[in-house]
Amino acid sequence: MNAPAYNFAYLNEQTKRMIRRAILKAIAVPGYQVPFASREMPMPYGWGTGGVQVTASVLTPEDTLKVIDQGADDTTNAVSIRKFFVKSAGAATTERTEEASVIQTRHRIPETPLTEDQILVFQVPIPEPLRFLEPRETETRTMHALEEYGVMHVKLYEDIAHYGEIATTYAYPATVADRYVFDPSPIPKFDNPKLDDCPALQLFGAGREKRIYAVPPYTKVKSLDFEDHPFAVQSWEQPCALCGSRDSFLDEIVMDDAGTRMYVCSDTDFCSRMRGEK
Amino acid sequence: MSPLLVAEKVSKFYGARTGCRDVSFALWPGEVLAIVGESGSGKTTLLRCLSGHVPASSGKVRYATRDGRSVALDEMSEAERRLLMRTDWGFVHQDARDGLRMGVSAGANVGERMMAVGERHYGRIRATATDWLKRVEISENRIDDSPWSYSGGMRQRLQIARNLVTSPRLVFMDEPTGGLDVSVQARLLDLIRGLVKRLDLAAIVVTHDLAVARLLSSRMMVMQQGQVIEQGLTDQILEDPQAPYTQLLVSSVLQV
Amino acid sequence: MYVAVKGGEQAIDAAHRLLDEERRGDRSVPSITLDQIAEQLTLAVDRVMNEGSLYDRELASLAVKQARGDLIEAIFLIRATRTTLARFGYAEPLDTQAMRVRRRVSAAFKDIPGGQILGPTFDYTHRLLDFSLTGGAEPAEAARAPVELRGDMPRVLGMLGSEGLIEQPSQAAGEPADLTQDPLNFPAGRDLRLQNLARGDEGFLLALAYSTQRGYGRTHPFAGEIRFGTVEVSFTPEELGFPVVIGEIAVTECEMINQFKGSATVKPQFTRGYGLGFGQCERKVMSMALVDRALRAGELGEERVAPAQDEEFVLSHSDNVQATGFVEHLKLPHYVDFQSELVLLRRLRAETGAEGDRLEAAE
Repeated sequence: MNAPAYNFAYLNEQTKRMIRRAILKAIAVPGYQVPFASREMPMPYGWGTGGVQVTASVLTPEDTLKVIDQGADDTTNAVSIRKFFVKSAGAATTERTEEASVIQTRHRIPETPLTEDQILVFQVPIPEPLRFLEPRETETRTMHALEEYGVMHVKLYEDIAHYGEIATTYAYPATVADRYVFDPSPIPKFDNPKLDDCPALQLFGAGREKRIYAVPPYTKVKSLDFEDHPFAVQSWEQPCALCGSRDSFLDEIVMDDAGTRMYVCSDTDFCSRMRGEK
Repeated sequence: MSPLLVAEKVSKFYGARTGCRDVSFALWPGEVLAIVGESGSGKTTLLRCLSGHVPASSGKVRYATRDGRSVALDEMSEAERRLLMRTDWGFVHQDARDGLRMGVSAGANVGERMMAVGERHYGRIRATATDWLKRVEISENRIDDSPWSYSGGMRQRLQIARNLVTSPRLVFMDEPTGGLDVSVQARLLDLIRGLVKRLDLAAIVVTHDLAVARLLSSRMMVMQQGQVIEQGLTDQILEDPQAPYTQLLVSSVLQV
Repeated sequence: MYVAVKGGEQAIDAAHRLLDEERRGDRSVPSITLDQIAEQLTLAVDRVMNEGSLYDRELASLAVKQARGDLIEAIFLIRATRTTLARFGYAEPLDTQAMRVRRRVSAAFKDIPGGQILGPTFDYTHRLLDFSLTGGAEPAEAARAPVELRGDMPRVLGMLGSEGLIEQPSQAAGEPADLTQDPLNFPAGRDLRLQNLARGDEGFLLALAYSTQRGYGRTHPFAGEIRFGTVEVSFTPEELGFPVVIGEIAVTECEMINQFKGSATVKPQFTRGYGLGFGQCERKVMSMALVDRALRAGELGEERVAPAQDEEFVLSHSDNVQATGFVEHLKLPHYVDFQSELVLLRRLRAETGAEGDRLEAAE
């Protein structure tokens, strides 16, 4: 038995071509979920196979790759995925957002504003924003085609009726280019404003559910809300304990058995830059 | 004035079995038509064809839209049909659970159609829902309760409110009082009759109960084994039924 | 002073090395060989080939060893390997009627042409632990039959079919779809459904099949025929233009006879359910056949009331590689989203009155 030799970035050229076609379709119809024949990858479904397939299909030998999970480069899954691309593509990697040409991310958008030369690849667990209101794929497909999104506002109405405010804090649905309602992946709603009019290309890959979608550069993305209950982001009372930022998403760290808490930037690269490190 | 809905020889077959055959009639704005028959008579099949839930095997169903056009149901696009079913039309199911979202509050149930056509002000949605709950005699402090906590009669009234909030011109009702207590039925029928008159609604009501037909409808069709065996003014038919089957039906109604 | 935790990469490397040690176990115990796994844990290897969708005993045995006996982990390894392999094309349909049978039974008839062949089966064993297996004693040689088995056992369902008593096997036009090349769309044709079920988790299908027998979508099944043996695999290379036999594989096939159906124009006939799998996997193919029949509810005009009849439900959740990936992904960090929920919950609780009154809705 011989160990097989792998193509650049693991996927064979046929597969990459198939995925790129899906990506092009997705860019042509912003926010629309394009079905694609997701391949089994060496990491489990649910652990980023969609993002990995998208990255593998757009990566070139000239690219510099950054991989983050929960905003940090050093979380176990980000490490694992970064190693995968080093092994399968000899990719140049970086932790600095402004040095990366391709950024694969799980659950955060970097605090550092992105540029036209960058591609942001999101890992998506459940691509369908209507899924929890309507489990049938046949029905949600029709709802998207006919722009029947009334039921999404029903959910928001319920939240306000029960809690006094919209209770969705992550994976907050938004309308792309005034047409398709999409799920921006489980980023905190704090990050939703960054989706709007972003200079970078934003690609979304769901491996297990076999869907790819996209927000082209400088596209309008508007989070769903009511006129009298407008969309609002989270805030913290304290600044980051390490760099003092009041504008970034903060992680809560439990310090001791007594439950003392500390708040630090989730985006580790942003935080160290603010502290003047590196 | 032209008719709101016209059925031309509508037939529905399931293989060799006949659902309904050669049904023709015209319905005018503000008119209530009852389709009466026993179970198996084809009345529910006919209703589903007329309301676009199921395609007819042959014949035409034409609807006059608000902008004055006459469109045939089978020539409409899926999008047009679904929009019609959300705005111009209402459908009241026999079992309210089929016509409601049981998992969301009464307020959300009533507000959904508004949100579906673009209403984006929570306050206005809630105020309109509250108003409608009052109109169907549901206490407004039940607005945030789920329909699971409602009685059968209340659920039915909620279903009616949910359908009427966007001022439809035509409402289809499938045994609207079926499965309810007699006293609850009476109250519901009264409510429906009042609303239909006040809002100048047209309605097609399927029922096996002649008393319902008598109370709600001005015209009536009697069905047996998939065919219409008698149709005309409700009062006339109940007073002087011609077909033997109709005579049988009329004579077996308990005089209340 | 809090320092952000670093060292994720080293932690992963150390964890992998620890795993390798655990896998090896006590070094005074001989390392298990792939031959031992293939020969003596054959049914585990068969399952891995089935759900991994790859017929290769050696690779499947390696996967079982690498996965430390966790069969779903092994199946995952095989699926990932499968993705990297070059594809030459499609084999000719297997002729299971020409199977070199090792086991072949029918519950529908007492005796059938070709005979009821019990073969190697657990079926009539008494489930008592056999402690003689703890030693190194070899089993006595089994008796051989005095006559050769027929090489072309007629299908039981074929015999019913010649009398018109059972529906003909479907003759769908065109090429079958390929589940591994195109994403699954609903409604799905029977070809895609069967492919999905063939690689579906045995436990999931078993439970669904069981549910149909207990009333959740009854189909009145009879085991028309179950056969296990080897079949030839033929392939037509482009350069030759005619099929050549490239090898043989062991498969198990199950044809279920189900509730008869008729209509005004067609006389009543029994209906069919079908299952096929690599190696010896009767539980799997029987379950597959029961679920196949249940999923045909739409085309047979049956009301879909039970989970086993719900196409989207069954086909979306049958793949254990997808299922385990998503279930186990909950172990990944989710603290950013959790933080968002904490922020909201704390605020809502702060705004709620001391007696815990429900918050008055705005407006």
